[in-house]
Amino acid sequence: MKKSLATTATLAIAVGALAGCSGGGSDDGSSEGSGQGGDVTTISYGLWDSNQLPAYQQCADDFAAANPQYTVDIEQIGWDDYWSKITTGFVSGENYDVFTSHVAYYPEFQKNNQVLPLDEYIARDGLDMSIYQDGLVELWQDPDGVQYGLPKDFDTVSLFYNVQMTEEAGYSAEDLANLTWNPEDGGTYEEFIAHMTVDKNGVRGDEPGFDKDNVETYGLWMEGSGGADGQTQWTFLTASLGWEQTDGPWATSYRYDDPVFAETIDWWYSLVEKGYMPTFAAQEGISWADQLIAGKAAMVPNGSWMTGYVFGAASDTFTPAVAPTPVGPDGQSWSMMNGLADNISATTDNPDAAWEWVKYLGSAECQDVVAEAAVVFPAIKTSTDKAVVAFEAGGVDVTAFTGHVDDGTTVLFPITDNKSDVNSIMTPVMEAIMSGSAGTDTLADANANVNALFE
Amino acid sequence: MATMPLTANPRRGAKVSRKRGQLVPALLFLLPALLGFLAFFAWPAARGIYLSFTDYNLLSDPEFVGLENYASIGGDSVFWRSMVVTLQYVLINIVVQTIAAFALAVLLHRFTKSMVIRGVVMLPYLIANVIVALVWYWLADYNLGLINSALDAIGLDRIGFFGDQQYAMTTIALVNVWRHLGYTTLLIFAGLQAIPGDVYEAAAVDGAGEWRVFRSITLPLLRPVLAFVLVVTVVGSFQIFDTIAVTTQGGPVDATNAITYYIYDKAFGSFDFGYASALSVILMLILAVIALVQMRVLRANQSDLER
Repeated sequence: MKKSLATTATLAIAVGALAGCSGGGSDDGSSEGSGQGGDVTTISYGLWDSNQLPAYQQCADDFAAANPQYTVDIEQIGWDDYWSKITTGFVSGENYDVFTSHVAYYPEFQKNNQVLPLDEYIARDGLDMSIYQDGLVELWQDPDGVQYGLPKDFDTVSLFYNVQMTEEAGYSAEDLANLTWNPEDGGTYEEFIAHMTVDKNGVRGDEPGFDKDNVETYGLWMEGSGGADGQTQWTFLTASLGWEQTDGPWATSYRYDDPVFAETIDWWYSLVEKGYMPTFAAQEGISWADQLIAGKAAMVPNGSWMTGYVFGAASDTFTPAVAPTPVGPDGQSWSMMNGLADNISATTDNPDAAWEWVKYLGSAECQDVVAEAAVVFPAIKTSTDKAVVAFEAGGVDVTAFTGHVDDGTTVLFPITDNKSDVNSIMTPVMEAIMSGSAGTDTLADANANVNALFE
Repeated sequence: MATMPLTANPRRGAKVSRKRGQLVPALLFLLPALLGFLAFFAWPAARGIYLSFTDYNLLSDPEFVGLENYASIGGDSVFWRSMVVTLQYVLINIVVQTIAAFALAVLLHRFTKSMVIRGVVMLPYLIANVIVALVWYWLADYNLGLINSALDAIGLDRIGFFGDQQYAMTTIALVNVWRHLGYTTLLIFAGLQAIPGDVYEAAAVDGAGEWRVFRSITLPLLRPVLAFVLVVTVVGSFQIFDTIAVTTQGGPVDATNAITYYIYDKAFGSFDFGYASALSVILMLILAVIALVQMRVLRANQSDLER
């Protein structure tokens, strides 16, 4: 997932603010127990999201209280520097014992034997892997089915919209929950987008005299081209046509040459031509969330990780809400699902201690604490439910996101080898298509280039 | 990086022995810089050259592959595209920046003694690159940015400064002109101040006009400083990275995928450190040739004042 600029900037600021307090937390509180020998093993732990730091600090404190022989030292570093730190940490041999991992990075680590397999530990301690939301466990297995992480959270995609605009246009929340889509005429989803688009003279996109070159509010916002994954852009559409990027985790070929994919992208780009969605040139800049907040867009599909940011910006002119993705030709509303897990570095001096901490992070004790914080959805089913309640207590209805795991209407983030090279090939191609400087007929060549990576 | 011209002259052997006593203290003074040079420049460069002949993903040991990386660069269309956009950046950045800085320096030199104005000219240079990039990124936003709102208000079309393939690199080049203008102006201004006042007085006595003075005195006497400025700014310009990293990230459609950004992406994105090292070596060679040619053509180590 490409982090938006605003998120990165916010994180960067948060890092600065939190740097002062993260150091002091682990000094005391470790030596209270009377562990034999009195030696306390320190487990270092890395994570990138400052919003989640308080919950995990709580987990660390609880863990140390229950296991006096251990103490956990958490370090939080913003996304951009995080991966350089992890990678160079492997080289220097001074990496975190345990770190929050992402499917875009861990295959490379796994391939180079930099993260430890967990199967023996899981078997020894008899962990029940069925407590996690379906699909998440598989994300953290290598092609041979060896487990490298215990799922900690997950994210799905829904439609963020401005209630004040939709109500003024005569749409209820129920209308929005039942939008339909197909690649031929876009269904009621496109009708809605057209109606929500307003030009400078106040003429709506579905009214005569609409000036598509001078749009004041777009019905739908484009957040980049989606590159190889289209996590928040188009996967929820293609999934309803039965198309996915690959055959499943660790596939060795991609399907960007499928006419179904081209058809979906053609429809999506047609929104730009009709003036319902900003051009590629017009969408580059201030993040989609700020455009939505500023009233430049009525609706934007995006991930559950943005919930806090969007709802935190509620104001006199902006009342946020979330609707499920449109129902496709197969009668279902779909979403891409991705999740994080914790990996153990191969460089750790204390694999057993690291495992105890990983096991705790993957347990209901810790994930319930994370649920209470109402920042992300924990991976354990019962903890997810608690998070939904916690969000609700904060006035945020997130059932559009969690409905996908209840209904089983999720497709997994495409995880394969050569992921970054796939992105390098697909991103310029998709950008050219969405800029209007190339057609979807270029997808076949691009797909051949992608598949050549696996030969 | 500027190299100071060495003026070792073999004919003056007698003087050398007299100076031998100064060698030890001289070396002592050079030592800190030398250590820094060896640790942070020579060694990384040597290792980079070595890695360019390997297949290295950082996480496992480098594997020697001979010239394979260099051979693939020839057929790498992304590399050639990145060279083209880098040249585009350098050309716009250097031409606009040098002319504007020169004009500004001459104005400062001839028409004002105000320290406040001199200070203001330097201000943008005191702001961190990343901040400058982000501020302009917001100012130039298509929908919410001040610049586009102004264009709209006076009846012109909005422009996708960072999002349109046509304009993205030009925009980034001009943002950096804005930031570096003050520094370049200061260098040229210092050069202007080094020109003795009596030549200007002589010109005034001869009745030369402002333009004639500029053409026949200022420009030729400023040549060594201009050469230095050009070498430093061109080499720096080729290494454009930060503005791209925080705004367009190489897009749209690789329109701002400058060579250093491509190298970064290959190394830290694709973990292809061998290939990235080979790209870096190519960049180093290009820069060395450019610097050498500039020094020669502009006779940087000679001044017209010494005759």
